[in-house]
Amino acid sequence: MKMTGAQILCESLLREGVDVIFGILGGAILPIYDTFSQYPQIRRIPVRHEQAAAHAADAYARATHRVGVCVATSGPGATNLVTGIANAYMDSSPLVAITAQVGRPFIGKDAFQETDITGITLPITKHNYFVSDTSELAKTVQEAFYIANTRRPGPVLIDIPKDVQQEEVEFVYPEKVELAGYKFVSKGHSVQIKKATQLINEAERPLILAGRGVIISQAYDELKELAEKAQIPVASTLLGIGAFPGEHVLNYGMMGMHGSACANMAVQSADLVVAIGMRFDDRATGNTEGFAPNARVVHIDIDPAEIGKNVRVDVPIVGDARTVVRAMNRDVRRGEHLEWLSQLDRWTRDYPSAEVGEDHLLLPQYVIRQIYEATQGDAIVVPGIGQNQMWAAQNFVYHKPNSLISSGGLGTMGFELPGAVGAKVGCPDEVVWCVAGDGGFQMTMQELATVVQEKLAIKIAIINNGYLGMVRQWQELFYERRYVDTKLWNPDFVKVAEAYGIPGARVERRDDVVPAIRQAMECPGPFLIDFLVEPEENVYPMVAPGESLSRILHTPRPAAAGGY
Amino acid sequence: MPDTEHILVALVEDKPGVLTRVASLFRRRGFNIQSLAVGHSEQPGLSRMTVVVNGDSTIVEQVRKQLDKLINVIRVSDIGEGDIVARELSLMKVKATATTRSEIIQIVDIFRANIVDVASDSVTVEVTGDENKINSLSELLRSFGIKEMARTGRVALTRGGVS
Repeated sequence: MKMTGAQILCESLLREGVDVIFGILGGAILPIYDTFSQYPQIRRIPVRHEQAAAHAADAYARATHRVGVCVATSGPGATNLVTGIANAYMDSSPLVAITAQVGRPFIGKDAFQETDITGITLPITKHNYFVSDTSELAKTVQEAFYIANTRRPGPVLIDIPKDVQQEEVEFVYPEKVELAGYKFVSKGHSVQIKKATQLINEAERPLILAGRGVIISQAYDELKELAEKAQIPVASTLLGIGAFPGEHVLNYGMMGMHGSACANMAVQSADLVVAIGMRFDDRATGNTEGFAPNARVVHIDIDPAEIGKNVRVDVPIVGDARTVVRAMNRDVRRGEHLEWLSQLDRWTRDYPSAEVGEDHLLLPQYVIRQIYEATQGDAIVVPGIGQNQMWAAQNFVYHKPNSLISSGGLGTMGFELPGAVGAKVGCPDEVVWCVAGDGGFQMTMQELATVVQEKLAIKIAIINNGYLGMVRQWQELFYERRYVDTKLWNPDFVKVAEAYGIPGARVERRDDVVPAIRQAMECPGPFLIDFLVEPEENVYPMVAPGESLSRILHTPRPAAAGGY
Repeated sequence: MPDTEHILVALVEDKPGVLTRVASLFRRRGFNIQSLAVGHSEQPGLSRMTVVVNGDSTIVEQVRKQLDKLINVIRVSDIGEGDIVARELSLMKVKATATTRSEIIQIVDIFRANIVDVASDSVTVEVTGDENKINSLSELLRSFGIKEMARTGRVALTRGGVS
């Protein structure tokens, strides 16, 4: 049957199970949007800036394990996606970005709204396509979805010229994907798995480091079985939060720059580190020279290029986390490690990180804590970047996978609101809390319109300290308190919300926190709370950039147990 | 770790943009590609690319793995330390007068190179061989004056039956 390129795209999207897209239309993408009107099964979420389309699709993908789709027109529409695509790339999020291009006769002539988006996104996509032949479009879409959500997931961009969208060709959807250059093993090498289990069985102070790979491969049960059977404590990376139940007795929290002191001390004291689906990012490892100095390292990752990239590895295992850990569980012996675990418990007790003092001040940690109490952890939290993100990671207990959706690798301020949009669209029955910074919120707050238009009952907590807080913290600690441009003039966020028809509240006193959160939860639609928190509160514990995880800065307090 | 020479041989899809994808990974790690040769391979639709770079072995291995992840790259190996055959072709336009022409021809013969074009004031020499051979010949011909020189960059295959 003959169809236009735009119809072929829609038919192909349906075959890939797409039921929602995030995007904005424009001149070159008009044929596609015009055709969308014949496909009501595909819900369209019209955002207000293409960056938000990419973030929303990214968060949707993380919340649902399905491929997120964002759509933009040529030129500025396409370039506006770039930050969101880079964000998805850094965090291995399956995304298909569809951009329109000027018609084929105009390409290379600097036509109106022409930009070389495949060239621009080359280093930030897993793969990208320029569709020059309409009869290749169906195959391209099929490949794009396959590549995006297999092996190590990532964004794939498809650039479709306007005349390709309009041209009629025979529609044939290929039966299966054939990609000679895209092979991968998920099983893991049996000899390597045996070596790893042997190390686990012999270890006295083993430690599991769980990363986002555990969540991507949905290896939660396998990880839990491994940890419980061999009695191995678990620390996680920021993006690994939720891979292992937050309240589990073997969960010792997040590692890294603002990780729990206990998790970092455990890394530095362990005699075996079993890293699963994590990439030893510098924010997680600190200075790699001094990283886990006493430990042998087992590294399980689906991406061979991650092995040995940042830290030396004794036993590399290339494979899918779930398959590999399941195989390991067969040979892992029941363990105890009583001494090691009690040591960790002592550290947790002596150096608590999620400690909220009984202070009269309105502390940001307290706000997050109360959101946790109000939801009992039964929520998806989408923070921004910086202090608000770290407090959200430290003070909320994440019971479920994908309950924290955060921009890890790229650290994209402004991710929070569009991210919450994507999470809510993907999981309409979940409570979604957007934990924003006052700085980052202003980068994408235009999406309040999307929230209202799409009737998304998102709860927004602005952790408003009047600063670009994390940068101010660095200025305080490393630039002798020269607060250059970090102090922000802010609008009245409650009035901003009101202008969009969103109810809100400003909270300036500790006693008003709980009632405001209750009010937000009881409100059937979206709700915004502007928490005017202590302006110069810092995030602790902290490992200064470039330092090893052994050098932990604790919360300064009179009875500080450790200092450095 | 000291920099060493690496010869990366990649079998790639013969499609637009593949060269950019490959080159971009070297650029990102700050490698200056010493030579690069691309041409059809034994399989239709696939090209063989030979990239020569100097660099730290760990980082080159990292780049090789990244290359291997490219969808358009079927496979890639670093054959720099293996048993290989490597060749390069060069064309040199050498100044020649009636008096020097025969001397140039003698040198060209010794190197088993060929004269592929003759003009009133120059000859064009074609030479194939490893880098040393081409360097030696160009050194000798330099005294006559090399007006233009073009080199293909190295192509390489492993010796014997294994690939």
